[in-house]
Amino acid sequence: MKSSVIIFPGSNCDRDMDVALKKFGFENEMVWHNDAEIPKSDLIVLPGGFSYGDYLRCGSIAGKSKIIKSVIDFANSGGLVLGICNGFQILTETGLLPGILQQNKYLNFICKNVFVKIKNKDNKYFKKIKKEILELHIAHNEGNYFCSKDELKSIEDNGQIAVTYCDHKGNDDEKNNPNGALKNIAGIFNKDKNILGMMPHPERMIDPFLSGEDGSLFFENLIESL
Amino acid sequence: MKIKVIVTLKNGVLDPQGKAIQQTLNGMTFDNVSEVRQGKYFDIEVNESDENKAKSQVEEMCKKLLANLVIEDYKIL
Repeated sequence: MKSSVIIFPGSNCDRDMDVALKKFGFENEMVWHNDAEIPKSDLIVLPGGFSYGDYLRCGSIAGKSKIIKSVIDFANSGGLVLGICNGFQILTETGLLPGILQQNKYLNFICKNVFVKIKNKDNKYFKKIKKEILELHIAHNEGNYFCSKDELKSIEDNGQIAVTYCDHKGNDDEKNNPNGALKNIAGIFNKDKNILGMMPHPERMIDPFLSGEDGSLFFENLIESL
Repeated sequence: MKIKVIVTLKNGVLDPQGKAIQQTLNGMTFDNVSEVRQGKYFDIEVNESDENKAKSQVEEMCKKLLANLVIEDYKIL
C-alpha cells in the first residue's frame, strides 16, 4: 500500500506520520506543498503542525496551496484522505469537510492524552478496530469544532461523526470536552467516509515504551482495510 | 486603490478572545463594557482605477480567502 504525506512550511508531525505509516507497512513518500502532482497513492495524509504559521486562520493558506488541487481531485474521486490536527483544519478550510476548528473555548493550548469514542465503524478508518474507546494524544490551540445547526443535523444524520472526546468509560459529555467542540466532536468524515479529519494524533501512540499503542490499532486497521 | 475590509465573527459565534478582553476591561474599572467582539481589518492595495471593479474583486477575495463564511461576516468599507 502506498501513502503520501504532504509537507507544508510549518508542518511538524510529518516525520512522525512517516515513521508510523512505514512501521505498519505503508510505502510512504513525502510530498512538498509546492509540487503539483502527488505520486500514485492509496492514502494521502495532511499532517499536524502550524502550516504557514497559522496565518489568517489555521489551515487557510495551506488550503490554497499548489498541491491542494491534487488532494481535492484525489478526495473527490474517492481516494482516502486523512487530516490530523492541522491537517483537519486544512480539510475544513478547503471545504472537503464541513465546519471549522475555532480557538479552544478556554483560550489555552491543550497538550495531553485523551480518550475518544469511535462513533462509526462502517468505514475504512475504524472498521476492524475491536476497541470502542481509544487513548490518543491531542496538542492544539484551535480544536473547538463548530458548524451551523443545519450542518450539525446533516452530519449527525449521515453518520459523519467519527470520534468524540470522552472519559475512559466512554462518557462523551460536557465534562469530558477539552476544548468546547460541538457535541464533543474530535473527528468527522465527509458523506462518503473516504475523508477523515481528526484532532487527536494516532501517530504519537504507536510505541509501548514511549506512549501507548492505541494509535497502532488505527494504523493496523488502515493497512488491513485498504 | 486601497480597499478596506473588516472581518468579524457572526452573531452567536463564541468569541473567547473578545470575552477575555471584556473581562479585562471590566477589571480595569471600565465596568460598563458589556460585550467585546474581536475582528480583523485588512488594507488591500489593488492596482485598479475603477472602484466598483476593485470592490467586486475584493468581495471575491473575502469569499474565497479572507473570511470563512461558516463563522465570519465581511464588510467592505
